[in-house]
Amino acid sequence: MPPTTIATPWHFPATNGLFDMSDLRNVVFVAALAGLLAGLVLTAMQIYATVPLILQAETFEGAGGDHHGEAAVSEAEDGVEAWAPADGMERNLYTALAAIVTGVGFGLLLVAASEFAGGIAGWRQGLVWGFAGFAVFTLAPGLGLPPELPAMPAADLVARQIWWIATVAATAAGLALIAFRASAVWAVVGVALIVAPHLIGAPQPVSHESPVPADLHHRFVVVVTVTNLVFWLVLGAAVGALRPRFFGQADNARTSFA
Amino acid sequence: MNSNTTTLGAPVSTRSRAMPLAMAALLGLFVVAVSGFAPMEAVHNAAHDYRHSMAFPCH
Repeated sequence: MPPTTIATPWHFPATNGLFDMSDLRNVVFVAALAGLLAGLVLTAMQIYATVPLILQAETFEGAGGDHHGEAAVSEAEDGVEAWAPADGMERNLYTALAAIVTGVGFGLLLVAASEFAGGIAGWRQGLVWGFAGFAVFTLAPGLGLPPELPAMPAADLVARQIWWIATVAATAAGLALIAFRASAVWAVVGVALIVAPHLIGAPQPVSHESPVPADLHHRFVVVVTVTNLVFWLVLGAAVGALRPRFFGQADNARTSFA
Repeated sequence: MNSNTTTLGAPVSTRSRAMPLAMAALLGLFVVAVSGFAPMEAVHNAAHDYRHSMAFPCH
């Protein structure tokens, strides 16, 4: 039995039955702090590196048969225009808000998943968990659906979202089987789960012809992939560094691995 | 089969911990789903640059 009560003085024996509120509070604290930090870093990277490329691509909208142009026209015809933030400061503030809020969201997922596996023992092991998060949420879905810019052609939105979510789920399950099941059979199943979405293939547009220059898109793919990698590494390392302050020692056979 | 399971948490505390951990994960999923996938036009417009920057499927 690990000394889980040392760092959690509000952990009462009476709450040990069905539901332990202090666990939920600890998870939320660690996720909120780590997510806030990673979200701020992500905001800075996005406003500095990805948003300028998005704005550049928007100048090509209307040149091709893009969704934004069509939507704008139909909305104008209906006389109803959905709210959108004003360009510049306001738009960047909403980008920051989304990045920070989802930083905490991804933090909650990372902390919950790693606690099921015994907890992250320190910042270095957190980096490994961060790599896993990057592989699950950026690398795997990005193989079939590379980061796309406005004005680029794309397949049906709902079909892409379904493939994206299924790929994330399959990759996460596959990695978990490989990492946490001793049997080689499970490792094979894990690899199969990771490969399967790519054998099925992501929904693709009828034509990839686009008014956006290939060079601009290529830069965007690289920048998005690298910024997401940094985001996940910061998030994982922060969770690993903060965890001992809230949970006590990691109950993790891989402690020596970090 | 059970003996093949490694490092999935201390057996004693697993039951009482599973619920809060699952709740935290659900909360995280909800937050990511709203900002990354919600179809409402206003949410899409607010999170537009973020969604493109995260390579979420967007419009």
